[in-house]
Amino acid sequence: MTEPATSAPAGDYRAADGTALLEVRDLIVHHGQLRALDGISLRVLAGEVYAIIGANGAGKSTLLRTIAGLHQPTAGTVLLDGEDVTALRPERRARHGIVMVPEGRRLFASLSVEENLKVGAAYARPGPWTIERVYETFDWMRDRRGQRAGQLSGGEQQTVAIGRALVTNPRVLLLDELSLGLAPVIVQRIYGMLPQILATGLTVLLVEQDVSQALRVASRIQCLLEGRTTLEGSPGDVTAEQVEAAYFGLAGTAAPGAASPAPEGSDP
Amino acid sequence: MAWVNAIIQGVLTGGLYALFACGLSLLFGVMKVVNLAHGDLAVVAGYVAIGVITVTHIPVLWSFIIVVPVMAAAGYALQRSLIQRALDRSVLTTLMVTFGLSVVIENGLLQFFTANSRGIGASLGLVQDSFSIGSQIQIAYLLVVIFAVAVVVLLGLQYFLSKSRYGRLIRAVADDQEAAQLAGADYRHVFGIAAALAMGTVALGGIAYGMYSQLDPTTGTDTILLFAFAAVVIGGLGSLWGTLLGGVVLGVAQQVGAQINISYEVLAGYIVFLAVLIIRPQGLTSRRAQS
Repeated sequence: MTEPATSAPAGDYRAADGTALLEVRDLIVHHGQLRALDGISLRVLAGEVYAIIGANGAGKSTLLRTIAGLHQPTAGTVLLDGEDVTALRPERRARHGIVMVPEGRRLFASLSVEENLKVGAAYARPGPWTIERVYETFDWMRDRRGQRAGQLSGGEQQTVAIGRALVTNPRVLLLDELSLGLAPVIVQRIYGMLPQILATGLTVLLVEQDVSQALRVASRIQCLLEGRTTLEGSPGDVTAEQVEAAYFGLAGTAAPGAASPAPEGSDP
Repeated sequence: MAWVNAIIQGVLTGGLYALFACGLSLLFGVMKVVNLAHGDLAVVAGYVAIGVITVTHIPVLWSFIIVVPVMAAAGYALQRSLIQRALDRSVLTTLMVTFGLSVVIENGLLQFFTANSRGIGASLGLVQDSFSIGSQIQIAYLLVVIFAVAVVVLLGLQYFLSKSRYGRLIRAVADDQEAAQLAGADYRHVFGIAAALAMGTVALGGIAYGMYSQLDPTTGTDTILLFAFAAVVIGGLGSLWGTLLGGVVLGVAQQVGAQINISYEVLAGYIVFLAVLIIRPQGLTSRRAQS
C-alpha cells in the first residue's frame, strides 16, 4: 500500500512544464469489490502521443473508460485543460473534446459507413475534421460509404471507428487497443496514419498491449500493473529491461517501486 | 363471395392493428422495453380526444392535431422520468413499472370516467357510411381511411428513421448505446424521442379504435395491447412493415374465423399467432433470426 505514495510524485515532477491538456489525479476505480485502478495520475500535454502499456488486467482499459466517463471513479479527478470533468456524463465529455475509440471498434453495425460518420458528426465541435476530410484521408472509404459497417473487415472497421471519432473534432483522442484482433500489417498501416492525424492538432492517449508498437509511436509511456503505475518516462529514456520488469512486475531486476523513480530522475 | 369479403375486411383491419403495434415494436427495437401500458395510453389518447372535441368543438377528425402532439410530449416525459429510471435498474424492472402504470391508468379511467364505453364521432358520415362491391362485399369508409393512415404513418416513420438526424441516432443507439454516448449522443434523450414517436402513433390508434368501435377503461389491455403484441410477433420483432403484415395476417385470421363461426373470431387470431411462434418464431419478415 505504500506504492501509490511513491508513484504520486510522478505527477508533480512535470508540473513545471506548462498545463496539461488532459490530467488525471489519483484515480481510484472499483469494479465491485476489485480495486481496478489504485491511485493513477498522469498528465498528457497538448500534441503528444501518450501511451499506457501493461498486461491484461492491468487496468489500462478501465483507465481509458474512466477518462471517457463510462466508469465513475471512487476517488480522484479528471481534468481537461484545467477544467474538472469528473462529474460529466460520457456524452458531455465527448462534446467537450474527450472522445474514445472503444476497444473492439463498436461500430453501429446496421448503419452504413457514412451513417456511422454522420452519427459522429451529429454533436461535433468545430474543427478541421469533416466527413469529407475523413474520405480524403482514408480514400477507400468514399467508395464504400453505402456499405453496412457490420460487413467490413476488422481493419476497415477500426479505420471507420477512428473516422467516427475524428469527425467529432476531439481535443484528446483516446484509442483503446487498436491492434486487438488485427493482423500486424493492418496494425502497422493504422498506426502509420497517426502522424497525419496528429498534424491536425490532436492529442492522443492510447492503450496498447503491443509494447513495441507503443514505444514506436509514443512520446511518453506509462506502464500499469494491477492498477498501479510501475514505470513512466519517454521511450528513449527507458531500457527494455525496465519495461519488461514494469510490465510483468518482476522482482529482482527491478522492483515495480524501484523501476519508476529511475526514468523520472533522468527525465529533466 | 363471403370469404372474399372476410379477407378484405381482415386486410383493412390490419391497418388499425399496425397503428397499435408499430410503437410497441419501435420501443422494443430501440431499448428492449416492452411497454405493457401501451394499449392503455392509446385509450387515454381516445379519452383526451373526446375531451378535446367536447371542450373546443373542433371537428372530430381534426382532434388528432391536438391529441397526437400532446401524447407524444407525454411519451417523452414518461420515458425521461418513469421508464428511464426503471431501465437504469434493469429491463425487467420496466415490465413491472409499465404493468403498474397500466393498472393505474385503467383504474384512474374507471374512477373518473366510469366503466361506460364511449365512441368517437359516432354520428359522422365517415364512421357510419360504407360502399358496396357487388352484393356481398360492403366496405366501411372508415376502415379504408384507417388503413391509409397506417400506411402513411409507417412510410413517415420509415423516412424519419432512415433519413433524419434523430432517426439515425435512434438506430445508432439501438445498435450500441455506449458507442453512441462516446459520439456525444445522450441516449436518454434519443429514447425519449423514440417514446414520443411510439406514443404519437398509438394515440392515432386509440382515436381510430374509438371511431371504429368503442373505448372503455379496459380496452387498452384486453384489446389494443394484445392485438399489438400478436401483430408484432407475427410480423417480426423490430420490423416496421412487419407490424402491418402482422396486423393484416391477424385481421384476416380473425375475419375468416368469424366467417366460420362468429365465436371463433378472436380464437382464430391467436391460433395463427401461436402457429407463427411455433413455426417461425422470428416472425414473418425478420431477417435477423438471432436477435
